[in-house]
Amino acid sequence: MSSFSEKHTITALVEDRPGVLNRISSMFRRRGYNISSLAVGQSETSGLSRMTFVVQGDTKTVEMVAKNLNKLVEVIKVLDISDENAVSRELALIRVNSDVSNRGEIMQIVDIFRAKIVDVSKDTLMVEVTGDEDKVDSLVDLLATFGVHEVMRTGTVAMSRGVSFESLSGPEN
Amino acid sequence: MIKKGSQIVCESLLREGCDVVFGIPGGAILPLYQTLPEYPELRHILVRHEQGASLAADAYARITGKPGVAFATSGPGATNLVTGIASAQMDSVPLVIVTGQVNSWTLGTDAFQETDITGITLPITKHNFLVMDARDIADTIKEAFYIANSGRPGPVLVDIPRDAFNQQVDYSDEPSIDLPGYSPSTKGNNRQIKRAAKLIAQAEKPVIIAGHGIIISKAYDELRQLAEKAQIPVITTLLGISCFPEDHVLWTGWPGMHGMAYSSLALDEADLIIALGMRFDDRITGNPQKFAVNSRKIHIDIDPSEIGKNISVDVPIVGDVKEILLELNPIIEESAHPEWLKRIDQLKIEHPSLKLPQTDKLLARQVIKDISEITDGQATLVTGVGQHQMWAAQHYRFKKLCSFLTSGGSGTMGYEVPAAMGAQVADPDATVWSICGDGGFQMTMSELATIVENRLPVKFAILNNGFLGMVRQWQEIFFESSYVSTGYSGNPDFVKLAEAYGIKGIRVTDKTQVKPAINEAMDHDGPVLIDFIVEQEDNVYPMIPSGMTVNEIIEENLDQKVTS
Repeated sequence: MSSFSEKHTITALVEDRPGVLNRISSMFRRRGYNISSLAVGQSETSGLSRMTFVVQGDTKTVEMVAKNLNKLVEVIKVLDISDENAVSRELALIRVNSDVSNRGEIMQIVDIFRAKIVDVSKDTLMVEVTGDEDKVDSLVDLLATFGVHEVMRTGTVAMSRGVSFESLSGPEN
Repeated sequence: MIKKGSQIVCESLLREGCDVVFGIPGGAILPLYQTLPEYPELRHILVRHEQGASLAADAYARITGKPGVAFATSGPGATNLVTGIASAQMDSVPLVIVTGQVNSWTLGTDAFQETDITGITLPITKHNFLVMDARDIADTIKEAFYIANSGRPGPVLVDIPRDAFNQQVDYSDEPSIDLPGYSPSTKGNNRQIKRAAKLIAQAEKPVIIAGHGIIISKAYDELRQLAEKAQIPVITTLLGISCFPEDHVLWTGWPGMHGMAYSSLALDEADLIIALGMRFDDRITGNPQKFAVNSRKIHIDIDPSEIGKNISVDVPIVGDVKEILLELNPIIEESAHPEWLKRIDQLKIEHPSLKLPQTDKLLARQVIKDISEITDGQATLVTGVGQHQMWAAQHYRFKKLCSFLTSGGSGTMGYEVPAAMGAQVADPDATVWSICGDGGFQMTMSELATIVENRLPVKFAILNNGFLGMVRQWQEIFFESSYVSTGYSGNPDFVKLAEAYGIKGIRVTDKTQVKPAINEAMDHDGPVLIDFIVEQEDNVYPMIPSGMTVNEIIEENLDQKVTS
């Protein structure tokens, strides 16, 4: 099934209470849904968090994910923004092997990706990069030739572009 | 007004219309129990095992339509409830469970009898709460009742630390509900309802399959109107049994693994399936890819996540089945399907799934048939899980609405004893027959004491074949009769056991004694247990093996003598 590896981005507005993440992850585990990444943070409204899930599966699976998320009492609103014109970003920190001989070469690559070097030691550099998943993957791949020690990624956060102002007014819309 | 947390619990329960609680006290919940004498309107039924509390509450809820309420203490008290909670979740039964928890300052320290019951029950409740402050108790219990019994019903657990029961707080505000993420919609989409009416008008071979949702939403009259107006045969699911009178000319049995062959065949031949408050369980569909491929499907259910889960449908309508039928019935056309109804009559003749073989042996099925006849289909039947359950569903002709209680989704053996108790408490005037297997009965028979203590006149029929009969049947068919761990050679003398509890006991070993024994039980003013020593290796037919289709159905060979 070619569609199985399709990636969908789902966002959910949820109540910020103890155990919410547990309920959601428990539902994913129990129903056998596959999460590639999950990011959580406060939303614009106090007491509410917003989560971004990247889920693998065909359209039907993702529809069932959204329905089962909606079924949870503490989940207020679920959106599948995969098909929309959405902005997706994640942040990654990459610790890469580096000494004087290749530092310049790495800095050039970092520049091309509009990434930043945020820490330097005798044998390593720490690179900070922001972008969509593919961009981060590409940078990690390129840096792998120098020897990557450690990669820390936040998981994708996403937001639809150009949503009208009214629909931002509250969770009920 | 200053009140203790425990008083607030009781007052909140009363406010929600609760009048019966099933439970057992223990250390963590003791402050709540010590408050109960202040509230004599709350009848507490002291069960003998917490599983009995959750299963009795389940039956109580099914009969009354109100959430069943159970109490248990922390740790093992709470974990003993779990089977009943899971069972209620699978069968969409509203429960509100209050568990005591260790003192809040010891939470997370592995204190004595501390168990993370909200964690444990998270995937088997509709929702659960841990209330750390007595000021939140009133709102939480109001929310618990609302969640439990709205939308698709289910169990809600409220865990309260011991100190919160003792905490004195100001209690004067009206409790309120604050659930921004919970708003089940009951009203169906108008456009879809119109599309449904159109499909019904076009159909030549329509079938209704009515599930538990009809009973939950009390849509009995609306179902009947729909069926009669368009002359559509009515099949029920296992949990839908008793939502439609079985002496009605349009009643067409129930389908699936052990359902009547003609019901499964009718679904297969239909050109339109109208699914009402049901979820296309695998026991009905067999192989979902090959299930009822000749038909279009209208699926009405209150839970959006059930639509398209197992079977893809043509017209999905999310909402309360009663409200939707009230919209749908007036816009459907009166019609008749004489050819189709004739075809179904023919299927019934060609596939006499309910016919018993000629034998002098005492068959469990005969017992059910006789109970059905003697009670005229007016009893409330409660079963366990297994062969006796299937035979009860097949051979009892239910004429009273909401009169069949069984654990469908979860298949909880042992349901028969505590659930019969809960059903009798809910409806003291009902004739309650508990159809028991000798296996399941021994899982929960400790509740016989509760039944005696509360003077509940439940009639128990143990269909005693000395086996875990359904498992034995699978071993016979799929494992060359290798009966591993299914024979119950150490069964107690159930008549003496009944007598030990002060219950009248009768043993029946012969076919001719069945009716006299049932009559004797009916005439006795109090609980009775009849131990029917039935044919050991009788099988439930028809049978569609798991994951197969109606084409692979195994029907009983009525000419062949029953094996002995």
